[in-house]
Amino acid sequence: MATTDAGHAATADHSADSHGHDHDHPSYLAHHFDTPEQQFDSGKLGMWIFLVTEVLFFSGMFCAYAIFRAWRPEVFEGCSQFLNTKLGAINTGVLLFSSFTMAWAVRASQLEEHKKTAILIASTLSCAMIFLGVKAIEYSHKWHMGLLPAGLFSYDPNNPHPEGGPNYLAYICAPFAIATVGIAIWLVVSFVRGAKFQFAVAKPILVVFLCFFVGVGLGTILESGSGGEHAAHAEGEHHDASEHSADEHHADEHSEGEHASEEASVAEASPAESGEAISGLVAPGAMVASDDNLNVVKRLASDNTNTGLQSELAARQAQDEMSYGAITYNVSDDSSATVASTEDDVMRKSRAGVFFSIYYCMTGVHAIHILAGIGVLIWLLVRAMREDFNKNYFGPVDYVGLYWHLVDLIWIYLFPLMYLIR
Amino acid sequence: MSAHEGSREGYDFAHPLPLPLLFGVFVALTVLTVITVFQANFDLGSYDIIVVMIIASIKALLVGAFFMHLAFDKPMNVIWFTGSFVFVALFIIFTLFDNRASHKDDIPVLNDTVAAASAEG
Repeated sequence: MATTDAGHAATADHSADSHGHDHDHPSYLAHHFDTPEQQFDSGKLGMWIFLVTEVLFFSGMFCAYAIFRAWRPEVFEGCSQFLNTKLGAINTGVLLFSSFTMAWAVRASQLEEHKKTAILIASTLSCAMIFLGVKAIEYSHKWHMGLLPAGLFSYDPNNPHPEGGPNYLAYICAPFAIATVGIAIWLVVSFVRGAKFQFAVAKPILVVFLCFFVGVGLGTILESGSGGEHAAHAEGEHHDASEHSADEHHADEHSEGEHASEEASVAEASPAESGEAISGLVAPGAMVASDDNLNVVKRLASDNTNTGLQSELAARQAQDEMSYGAITYNVSDDSSATVASTEDDVMRKSRAGVFFSIYYCMTGVHAIHILAGIGVLIWLLVRAMREDFNKNYFGPVDYVGLYWHLVDLIWIYLFPLMYLIR
Repeated sequence: MSAHEGSREGYDFAHPLPLPLLFGVFVALTVLTVITVFQANFDLGSYDIIVVMIIASIKALLVGAFFMHLAFDKPMNVIWFTGSFVFVALFIIFTLFDNRASHKDDIPVLNDTVAAASAEG
């Protein structure tokens, strides 16, 4: 980030222009615009078009959410118990406040209150960092419990907090810690070298980065003070216990592959092991039997009059579909005592795993937007401290503000859809 | 409002939002957030998603109209932004229309895989 030691007067006309009409063309006005208003409106239209692409881009993920929730509402109810509503609510408040300070910063820049603009942008930045800090606690806690995207999902209700495993929180905090140390060094160096402007800029940026750890602390306090996601531990336990029991290992109807999928969905922590299990799976829908029985049944069931064997085949197919984890399977069977009507265990890769895939995708892309916002806000902070903005040139503040409010808008919808499902 | 001291066309176009408005919108958003969290304690059955989305949409309107300045903006920007939500609605609603059709009950199953598997035996 290039910074200059010299603050420059934004309204000064510059005579270095070679295109002849510099007498009424202030330095903040690009030479291809006639008036500051035209410049501002052009930029704003461009920003709005970008925000439209953002809305459409996020809508794809909301669409995935809608489909999966329509298919499996019970999965969403079950998994939402694992999301800490307190953390989500605090983050919502933090983000709303940052939106407020951003809107105020736009006002301050329009009124040429330079110091206030800088302070408000720094507040917005601090809130963004607190948001990410709380998110770091949320993510690391879930990763530790194995509440991961579908392919990695390894949550075990019997052992929700496995010992060992990597310290995810440290990994998430590391880049922020390194950046904070770097900024602290920059602060000291600029002070020693007497670079006044750099020193003045480094101070608020250091505070902003320290706010990430404030967020981590806040998240830790709220996380420890709640048993929110532990309430869900009772769910699915009866199911899991039966799946784990050793007498399941009879091989008359269950193929090796089915077992591999069931075992992998609960107890496997290491990706290498689950990889082996996956390679042993048979193709979905291809029922495999250890004897020729199944083929005989199939052949006999192809006769339309043989309704008994047809329904047996249907039952086996339904069983097979369930075991390989189809999202939707055949529930046309109208009798109640079949495998199709048994209660489904949602804490599996193909159920909770998909929910968490959607959760991480949506909140993760949102967090990436927060990171991008932090980047442009730091640029804005430097420019605000350089006193670049005035009543005819506040476009950058306004455009970044629009972006920031959109990120806030997305979260306004994300929060209730993810955290507040009963 | 910015003072127009005989300034030329295209200058002094800024429209700073009054502070009471900004504060008011922020307080309203916070109150609505509290209501959203609070209503989660009650079982509203299948209506809860509707209630939650209505509250979220009111918040979105507040943010859009005041923080994003759309209430005072050029109509073209409003059209762009609201137009995008129309397409989002089309996208999601039309996808959910054939949500049932992606259910196996409604798809004629040609048991190709099963036929291939039985060919071995």
